[in-house]
Amino acid sequence: MDFKPCVNIQNEWDIVGARQLGREQAKEVGFGTVDQARIATAISELARNIYLYAGTGKICFEIINNLERKGLIIVAVDQGPGIRDISQVMQDGYTTSGGLGAGLPGVRRLMDEFDIVSDIGVGTEIRTSKWIRKGLGGA
Amino acid sequence: MHRRLQAIVVDNSDTIIKNWLEQVSEKRKSDYTSAISDELFQSTNREFVNVIFTSVDKSGLTDELDNFSERLVNLGWPLSYLTDGLQTFRRVTIDFILSQSEKIDSDHFSTVLDMVDRWIDPIINRLVNEYSGSWEHTVSMQRVALQELSAPLIPVMNNITIMPLIGTIDTERAKLIMENLLEGVIKHNSEVVLIDITGVPVVDTMVAHHIIQASEAVRLIGSTCILVGIRPEIAQTIVNLGIDLSKFPTKSSLRKGFETALELTDRKIENCGETEQNIEKLLGSLKKE
Repeated sequence: MDFKPCVNIQNEWDIVGARQLGREQAKEVGFGTVDQARIATAISELARNIYLYAGTGKICFEIINNLERKGLIIVAVDQGPGIRDISQVMQDGYTTSGGLGAGLPGVRRLMDEFDIVSDIGVGTEIRTSKWIRKGLGGA
Repeated sequence: MHRRLQAIVVDNSDTIIKNWLEQVSEKRKSDYTSAISDELFQSTNREFVNVIFTSVDKSGLTDELDNFSERLVNLGWPLSYLTDGLQTFRRVTIDFILSQSEKIDSDHFSTVLDMVDRWIDPIINRLVNEYSGSWEHTVSMQRVALQELSAPLIPVMNNITIMPLIGTIDTERAKLIMENLLEGVIKHNSEVVLIDITGVPVVDTMVAHHIIQASEAVRLIGSTCILVGIRPEIAQTIVNLGIDLSKFPTKSSLRKGFETALELTDRKIENCGETEQNIEKLLGSLKKE
């Protein structure tokens, strides 16, 4: 991990900026097109959640590139209202905004690791990572 | 007091202009204006100072200033040319007035600053407003232009229409897609609508949600919606996200979707090769005779 670029999410078009940067980073790490699409989609969901529920926040990227493994960590941070019941939002089909309710559970399926910390009135931090599988060349 | 200072400025305008031109030309060596021809740069600078001095004579904003800023906006000169130029002018003028005064105390100093500020600031404000107004206008025009081409509905054949989607789908566009779809289906009397998402880079739950809603609405008015152009990686992410598209017919390519659309409207593409061959045979036999 050498540097940590971030994208601030303030309006709907920042979502596009975040996932474009994410896709670039994923390409740099060496992910194949399918994983690039997965990562871009996951970022899109996370950024849209920030935009919809917290108003503003940021998406940060960490590139992991060492002998043991290569991968990309995405951190979504906001100072929004927080999530009251995390197990509920992780259920498929649960939505408070009239959407599909597939966002967060979808992100968990798209990525390899998923970690969520949320405090009411303080904000939410979601940390999720994707690793390049050894021997598959990242395809 | 101000009047007296103004008199100093006006009386010595030649010197101030000379100093200013020197400083501005000095700056020019390393910046954006190097692409602009000397002649144009000099004449614009002369006009620039003339405009500034007209505004001190008339003590306020003038038509000349309006015309000048409008012209520069149209020429596409950077705003920093104006703001840098005016800041340089402010400094040159203050330097000059102070060098002319015998008494230098803080009162006098602040009077000079005050007078020059009152003179230069409105000009800067006016120019910045003119520029940002023109930018806002450009941005809003582009927005309208983008909207116009964002969700076209193309009737390709009786009862079959195609909506190719290219680029990012945001909430505004999603609304537009829905409206265009429904309006177009009625207007063109389409039985089948093909929504082509080949050009949509990311299909997240929001985009999927809107597409599902649009297809459902199309179904309600009695037509069929086929989703085409689903690239393999998009197919995988849709499955990973857990989006249920089983209610809607989907095809990988526009070509396959179009074939299905033809079937649904009881039509098919006939190969006319044989008839052409027959005609050739006929022509051949005619030549022999």
